[in-house]
Amino acid sequence: MRTKLHQVGRRLLQALPSVFGVVVISFALTRALPGDPAIYFAGAMADKESIEQVRIALGLDRSWLEQFFIYVGNLFKGDMGLSLSTGQPVLQELLTRLPASLELTFIGLGLAVLLAVPLGILAATHPGSWIDHVCRVLVTAGVSLPTFFTGLFLIYIFYYLLGWAPSPLGRLDILYLSPPTVTGFYTIDSLLARDGETFISSLKQLILPAFTLGLFALAPIARMTRGGMLGALSSDYVRTARANGLARATVLLTYAFRNAALPLLTTLGMVFSFLLGANVLVEKVFSWPGIGSFAIEALVASDYAAVQGFVLTMALLFVVVNLTIDVILTLTDPRVGLDD
Amino acid sequence: MDKTPFLNVDELSVEFRTRNGIVQALEKVSLHVEKGEVLGVVGESGSGKSVTAYTAIGLLDAAGEASHGTVTFDGMPLTDAREADLRDLRGREISMIFQNPRAALNPIRPVGKQIEDVLLRHVQATRQTARDKAVAMLKKVKIVEPEQRYWSYPFELSGGMCQRVMIAIALACDPRLLIADEPTTGLDVTTQKATMDLIRELTREQNMSVVLITHDLGMAAAYCDRLVVMQKGRVVESAPVNDLFAAPQHPYTKKLIAASPGPNSTLEELTAVPDEMETANMAQPNVAPLPKRPKTAEPEKLLEVIDLVKEFPIKSDNVSLLPWRNNGQEEQAFRAVDGISFSMMRGESLGLVGESGCGKSTTSNIITRLMDPTSGDVIFDHRNITTHSAAKFARLPERMKIQMVFQDPTESLNPRYSARQSIAQPLRHLKGLRNRKEIATKVDALAELVGLPGNLLDRFPHQLSGGQKARVGIARSIAVDPLLLVLDEPTSALDVSVQAVVLQLLDQLKRDLGMSYIFVSHDLNVVRLLCERVIVMNRGKIIETGTADEVLNNPEEAYTKTLVEAIPHFEPRTEIERQVSAL
Amino acid sequence: MTRFLKHFRYVMGENPVTVFAFSLFTVILFMGIFGHWIAPYDPLATNTAMTLKPPSWSHPFGTDHLGRDVFSRVIVATRLDLGIAVSAVALSFLIGSALGCSAGFWGGWPDRIIGRFSDTIMAFPLFVLAMGIVAAMGNSVENIIYATAIINLPFYIRVSRTEASVRRNAGYVNAARLSGCTDGRILATQVFPNILPPMMIQISLNMGWAILNAAGLSFIGLGVRPPDAEWGIMVAEGATYIVSGEWWLALFPGAALMTAVFCFNLLGDGLRDLVDPLRRT
Repeated sequence: MRTKLHQVGRRLLQALPSVFGVVVISFALTRALPGDPAIYFAGAMADKESIEQVRIALGLDRSWLEQFFIYVGNLFKGDMGLSLSTGQPVLQELLTRLPASLELTFIGLGLAVLLAVPLGILAATHPGSWIDHVCRVLVTAGVSLPTFFTGLFLIYIFYYLLGWAPSPLGRLDILYLSPPTVTGFYTIDSLLARDGETFISSLKQLILPAFTLGLFALAPIARMTRGGMLGALSSDYVRTARANGLARATVLLTYAFRNAALPLLTTLGMVFSFLLGANVLVEKVFSWPGIGSFAIEALVASDYAAVQGFVLTMALLFVVVNLTIDVILTLTDPRVGLDD
Repeated sequence: MDKTPFLNVDELSVEFRTRNGIVQALEKVSLHVEKGEVLGVVGESGSGKSVTAYTAIGLLDAAGEASHGTVTFDGMPLTDAREADLRDLRGREISMIFQNPRAALNPIRPVGKQIEDVLLRHVQATRQTARDKAVAMLKKVKIVEPEQRYWSYPFELSGGMCQRVMIAIALACDPRLLIADEPTTGLDVTTQKATMDLIRELTREQNMSVVLITHDLGMAAAYCDRLVVMQKGRVVESAPVNDLFAAPQHPYTKKLIAASPGPNSTLEELTAVPDEMETANMAQPNVAPLPKRPKTAEPEKLLEVIDLVKEFPIKSDNVSLLPWRNNGQEEQAFRAVDGISFSMMRGESLGLVGESGCGKSTTSNIITRLMDPTSGDVIFDHRNITTHSAAKFARLPERMKIQMVFQDPTESLNPRYSARQSIAQPLRHLKGLRNRKEIATKVDALAELVGLPGNLLDRFPHQLSGGQKARVGIARSIAVDPLLLVLDEPTSALDVSVQAVVLQLLDQLKRDLGMSYIFVSHDLNVVRLLCERVIVMNRGKIIETGTADEVLNNPEEAYTKTLVEAIPHFEPRTEIERQVSAL
Repeated sequence: MTRFLKHFRYVMGENPVTVFAFSLFTVILFMGIFGHWIAPYDPLATNTAMTLKPPSWSHPFGTDHLGRDVFSRVIVATRLDLGIAVSAVALSFLIGSALGCSAGFWGGWPDRIIGRFSDTIMAFPLFVLAMGIVAAMGNSVENIIYATAIINLPFYIRVSRTEASVRRNAGYVNAARLSGCTDGRILATQVFPNILPPMMIQISLNMGWAILNAAGLSFIGLGVRPPDAEWGIMVAEGATYIVSGEWWLALFPGAALMTAVFCFNLLGDGLRDLVDPLRRT
C-alpha cells in the first residue's frame, strides 16, 4: 500500500511539468498578439492613458522573463485580468459559468459511456453479427459528424418538427427560476432543493445538447471497447481461463473486460479533451450559458484576456482530468510504475 | 472391460475458414491415450499438433470446425458435447498448460486468485478453504514462500515460476488428463528440465495421463512412453518411444530423427534422409564461382577480445522534472558483459554458448560493432576496432571484414526490399558498386552460392519460406567477403529439418570461403557441429573454454555440467538401459 | 509502378467499401479543383427577389437569406475546406514525422524534449488550443491552417516516434548498419518507408478531423470571413433559420462536410491495405 501511495505521489509530481508547459504556452499566446498587446488588452475604446495603464499592469515594458513572472504571480493570485465586455474579473466570469459547461460535458460523457461500452462488448463477443456491423457503422459515422451540425438537426427534428423538446435557449425554461446554488449543477441543485418541476425542466433542456455531445463521444469509446475486448478475448490468458472451464461471465468480466478497461480509461482522457472542444460548439448551438459561449462572445468582441483565461482554464481542467485517470490507473493496474 | 481407450481421437478432420478459402488443418487424425500413459505428439510447425489438442477439448476458435471424426474421453463423446458440459470437464477432468506462460496468465490478477478461480469454479474448495488450497498448490509446484507469492502478479515472476503457476492451476482440481502444449518453449534449457521434471513427478504421483505436444524430439524421447509423429495435418507414425527411435518406419520420421542434432551426430548425418520439400525448391549450393582466399600457412591471430565490459543503466525510479537531465541520483548499472577475454585464429570457428541473459548476444553485438563497449578492447586483424564509435565504424574498411547473420530471418529482412535488394545492400554501400549490371551479376552469383534459386530473388520476404529467408540473410552477410562471420542463433527460429540444411550450408561456405565463425547459440549440440572450440558464458563471465567435444562430453565446471545435462536428447540404448535398471 | 497499379486493383477488388471511398474521394477532389467552373451560379451573387427559397429545379439546394444559390456555394466551398485541411495535415506530417522519427531513432535528450513538447500540446483540449492560437495570431485563414497543424503535430510525433523506436534495433536495421549505411541513410531508407503505413492511416483519419476542426473554427466566427463560401460558416449562417423551419441552409453544407469527413475516414482503412506490403501478393 505504501508503494501505491508513493506511486500516486509520483503521478501528482509528474503533472507539474504539464502545468508548467500549459502556463508557458498560455503566456506565449497572450504575448503573441500582432502589434502592441497593450492595445488589444485595453480594448477598442481605450484612450492613450488606459493603454499605458494596461502596459504597466501587464509589465509589457519589461523583459520577457519578468513579464512571465508577473504573469505567473498574477495567476497565483487568481488574477486573469478584466473582461472588457463585462468589466468583471475574468476568473469570476469563468467560475460562474463553469458548472453549466461541466454539467453538460459530464452528462454527455456519461451517456456515451453507458451506450458505447455495452455496444463495444457485444460487438466484440459477436464478431460478424449484425450488432458488430451496427457498431462499425456507428463508429465511422460518429467520428464524421460535426457536432454543431448534429445539434442543429436535433433541434430541427425535436423542437421545430415534433415539438417534443423545449426551445434551445439555455439551461432552464424562462418560466422557472434557477435553483439555489450549491454545486452549480441545476439537476443536482434542484434535487437538493426538492424542486421536482425545476429538475424536470432542467433535464429537458439538457437532453438534446447532452445527446449531441454523447453521440460525438460514442464513436471513439465504442471503437476502443471493441478493439480492447477483441484483443483480450484472443489473448493467451483468456484461452487459459477457458481451458480451465471458468464460467462465461468470469471469463468475460474478470479476465477479458478488466484487462480491456485499463487502456479504455486512458482513451477516456482523450475523449474528454475532444468533448471540451466540442462543448464550445454545442454551447453556441444551444445558447448554453457556459464558458464556451462566453469565450465565443469574447472572441467576437476581441476580448483577449477573457479568451486566454478560457484557454488556460480548459487546459488546467483537462490536466486535472488526466491526473484523475492516471491516479485511478495507478491504483488499479499492478503493472503501473514498473514499465514507464 | 470396454476396450475404448481413455482418450480416443478417431479420424478427426478440422477445417479453417480463411481469407483464401477453406484450409484443411487436420486430415483423419487418429490417436489415443491410455490411463497413466504419457503420449508425445511431435512434428514441426504447422503440422497440426496443437489444433488436435484444441479440438479435443473444444477450444478451437470460431474460424475452425471439426468436419469429420469423433473424440471420446473416458467413453464420453466430446466432439458434439454441449459447451456447458465441456466447460465442466475442462480444468476438472482435462487440464491444459500452454507455451509462453507469462502471457498465458491474467496480467492484472494475483496468481493465487487465478488458482482460486479454478478451485471455486469446479467446487473443489469453498470461499473459506480456497486460499489455503491455492497456497498448498503453490507449495506443491515448489514455489518458495507460497504465502507471499500468492499475491504476486505474473510480471513479478520469472518465466519458469509462471510456468509453475500454470501447472498449479492445471493440477488444482486433480484432473485425469493433462495436455501440455510446448510447455517449455521460451524457457532456458535448465529451467526447461526443471519444469519437465516437475510435470513428470506430479503426474506420476496421481497416475495422470499426459499428452505432451512438442517440436523437440529429444524432449519427447526423455519424457514420453509413446510417440505420435504428425506432418501437415496427418499422423504419419505412432509407436512406443524406443521402437520409434530404434526403427523408424515412415520417411518423415526418419528425416526428423536424422535432422535433430544429438551429442554424437555429424553434419552429414543430419540430412542423411533427403528432404523432398527443400531439395525441390532449392538449387544445390554451388561454391565454385568465388575466388578462394589464399590460405595462410601458419595460423595467425584474427580476433582478440581483451577485458571486455558492457554496462547497461538500470532505469531509475525517480521522475526527472527537467527533460534534458536525468535526476542527479547515482545511476545503477547492470553488467551484461563482465570483463571477458578470449582470442581466435584465422579460419577457426568459435562457439559462444549460454542461456538467455548470459551476455553472449551483447558480446557478439560489440564484436560486430553494432554496440559500443563500456570498456575493454577488441583487436581484429591487428587493429583495435573499439577506438572508433559504433556510428563511425560504418565508414571504416574493417566494416567489410566483420559481418553478421541474425537470429530471426524474417525480422532481419526489410519487408519493403526484395531478396535482390537486400543482398545488394552491402555491395552498394560497402563495396561502392554502382553499375546495375555488375550488382545483378554479383547477386546472382551469391544466390547460387547459397542455393537460392534465381527466380526467388525478386520476391519480398513475406513470399519466402523460413529456410529461403535464412539463405537471403546468409547471402547478404557474405556478399563483401568477410573474414569473420558472427552467427547469432541463426537457426533457432527454424524447424529442425530446415536447420539441418542451413547448418550444412554454413559449414560448406566456411570451408570453401575460408571464413571464421563466431557461432552464438544456446544449443551445445548445434554449436558442436560447426565449431572446434567453445566458450561457455554465464552472467557475463566466461565459465569454461575448450574444444567442443571436451566441453560436451567432459565438462569441468558445475554450471556447464547442468547445461549439458539439461539438453534433452534421445539415445535409445541408454534409455532402455535406464529403464532396465529402474526395474 | 505496374506492381503498384496491380496491387491497387487487388485492394480495390478485395473491399467494395474502399472502392466507394475512393470514388467519393475522386468526386470531392474534382469539385475542389473544378468547382468554380461547375457551379451554376456565382456563389457570391445576391438576389433579393429570391431569398430563402426551398430547393427547386433551378436551385436544387435552395437559396439563402441573401438569395445566393446554396448548391453553388456548397460546391465552391470544397476548395477552401480541402485546401485548409490538406495544407495543415501536410505541415504536421512533415514536421511531426521528422521530429518523431529522430526522437524515436536516436533517443536521448532530443527525444525527451520533443516528447515533453508534444505532451504539453496534448495537455490542452485541442480545439480550445486552436481557438487560442487563432485568437492570438490573428483571425485569418493562414492562421487557421497553422493552428490546425500545431494541434495535429503530437499525433504524428507519437506515431512516428513509437514506430521508429520499435525499429531502431530491428534485424534489418542492424543489417543495414553492417552494410555500411550511416544513421541518416538508415532512417531514410530502412525506418521511414516502413513506418509509412501507420502514418498513412493517421493522415487519412487526420484529414477528416482537420476538416471538422477548420469548419468548427469558422462556425464560431474564426478564420474564413463572410461572404466567402465555406461549409462551417454556411452552417453557422443557416443555424439562425433552422428554428423557423428553413432547414436547407444548414443541411446541405453540413451534409457536404459530413460526407467529406466520412470519405477520409473510410479511406484510412483502404490506404492501409494499399501501402501495407504484407498483404501484397
